[in-house]
Amino acid sequence: MKAEAEAMRGDTGAPQDTTTSVLEPLRSGPGAYLPGRRRAVVAVAVVALLAAAPLVLSPYPVSAMTRMLAFAVLVIGVDLLTGVTGLPSLGQAAYFGVGAYTAVLVGVHITPDAMVQALAGLVMGLVAAAVTGWVAVRARGIVFLMLTLAIGESVHQVADTWSAVGGSNGLAGMPPISLFGGPSLLAAGFVYWWVLAVAALVFAAVALVVSSPYGRTLRGIRDNEARMRALGYRPALARYGVFCLAGAVAGVGGALWAQQARFVSPGDMGFEVAALALLSVVIGGAGSLWGPCLGAALVLFVRDSLSASIGGHGPLVLGAVFIAVVFLMPRGLAGLTGTRARLRNLTSARRRKENAS
Amino acid sequence: MATHLVSVLNGLAMGSLLFAIALGLSLVFGMMDVLNLAHGAVYLVGAYVAVALVSDGAGVAAFVLAVLAAAAAGAVLGALLAALTRATTHHLDQALLTLGVALVVAEALSLAFGNDVHSIAAPEPVGGGVTVLGETYPVYRLLVIGFGVVLAVAVYVLVERSPLGSVIRATVADRAMVAALGINTGRVLVGVFAAGAALAAVGGVLAGPILGAQPGLDEKVLLLALVVVVIGGLGSVRGALLGAVLIGQVQALGTALLPEYASFLVFGAMALVLLLRPAGLLPARTGVHA
Repeated sequence: MKAEAEAMRGDTGAPQDTTTSVLEPLRSGPGAYLPGRRRAVVAVAVVALLAAAPLVLSPYPVSAMTRMLAFAVLVIGVDLLTGVTGLPSLGQAAYFGVGAYTAVLVGVHITPDAMVQALAGLVMGLVAAAVTGWVAVRARGIVFLMLTLAIGESVHQVADTWSAVGGSNGLAGMPPISLFGGPSLLAAGFVYWWVLAVAALVFAAVALVVSSPYGRTLRGIRDNEARMRALGYRPALARYGVFCLAGAVAGVGGALWAQQARFVSPGDMGFEVAALALLSVVIGGAGSLWGPCLGAALVLFVRDSLSASIGGHGPLVLGAVFIAVVFLMPRGLAGLTGTRARLRNLTSARRRKENAS
Repeated sequence: MATHLVSVLNGLAMGSLLFAIALGLSLVFGMMDVLNLAHGAVYLVGAYVAVALVSDGAGVAAFVLAVLAAAAAGAVLGALLAALTRATTHHLDQALLTLGVALVVAEALSLAFGNDVHSIAAPEPVGGGVTVLGETYPVYRLLVIGFGVVLAVAVYVLVERSPLGSVIRATVADRAMVAALGINTGRVLVGVFAAGAALAAVGGVLAGPILGAQPGLDEKVLLLALVVVVIGGLGSVRGALLGAVLIGQVQALGTALLPEYASFLVFGAMALVLLLRPAGLLPARTGVHA
């Protein structure tokens, strides 16, 4: 009750993000309107359902789903910045690419162990974000968007011209991954399970961060930075922290992406990838965690699967989707469900307030 | 020495083009807080207009026609973008709208012109070279440098010395106050948006004989324009000029002296400026807030 009233008052002071903050009280985590146990049941059911996919589907859709999962990991990182902290980013594809390049280089030169590769991707994504992030986190809002775009595109250009990492040809010849020193995982289903396991782990970890006191700090910064500073928090440090964290998440996503494709090229970290990741977040609903994952699947489906059937002009559809989403679904998929629950919540809160006074 | 002179001239030509392109981006950003991610796509429209209208060995008339057509197309696109972005007040939504337009326009162009790399010939009378300090240099690029100088002077006179310019500068500084004075700021914004886009499209035609036209060029140009705006300072005309000249030189000299590290240099220059002067080298005098 107190937190809700706090959030409602905080809203008026945050003209930047009214569309996301008005309907999301401070205490809400991902799917906060479901009771805890039901949420856990739904999560387990979804993961079980996803895990069963390779048993019934043929290899091609399974590898398409593997790509969606890897992309969803990137999108979770973007959502952590855009939705939770209110820092719209167009540069996360750079760290995604860093993770992918790292995984391929580790795979080619050091070890086929998938876990080592993913960890290396995580560390390098973190390092890259830490090195370049201090420039970006000083800015807010649309300037942040611009700086991340400039940084991301610069890293992309570097990958495109640096011959040590293959230049515009990219890096090929990555051996198939293995786990725990076992045999190579060649079947699409095994790779899928590995990627699913890591993606679920990342999702859980980010959900934990979002509902932790640190996550509340981030949302507080998004809604009213001046107040957070007045309360003794250090918004700049918190923003830098979340930027590094999002970089690490993107690095893991990139490693997973490379493990599926066993190839990486500068195209995997270009402007289009960054734009699609942001689109996924917006389609899904910034601030919710499951919505953007759904958005990621949808966006990749349009780009990779639907695109082939409409003459390779997926970007045309995606561009139109961009424009349509802004006008028709300002809160994304996550905004479509739970609107009623939220309204109920708001009215009951108001009633309680009236009773108290 | 002479080879370096050629690089410097190349850098100046690139700087002229970048100034034409970055100016609209910077002013729109300064006025409306709108990051126009479709700016590169508008540039590409101009480049493809040149592909369509300027055939090999075409004369000056065809080239001038292409410039005019590109300016018109750019202005229409700019006005459309202004209308779209004014429909919503949320800054992220505005950026996403322009991103959507950028994707649609780029894809429509690749539908119409294919994915091949097109080169555009300089108009016949200035297609040759001229000897500068013992090195042969294309006349066309010298003309582009001249265009940049003329444009810089014209923009200076327009923005700093004309009544319209004072309205524009005032709108960058404090839009609400200008509106309170009875000036229709909406019309100013749409006008600047359209003019900036028209300049970007003209930049596309003029850059045609140097950079050609191909899918993906819009992103590269958008990146360079962004870097120019970040280095120069948001919403600042003089900043855009300084940033464009600097980045033009960094690019040209970098490509000539350290080809392997050319792309690092642009990023390095931006990082350096952000480290020393976070608001850019010549921020708008009024401190445009974003």
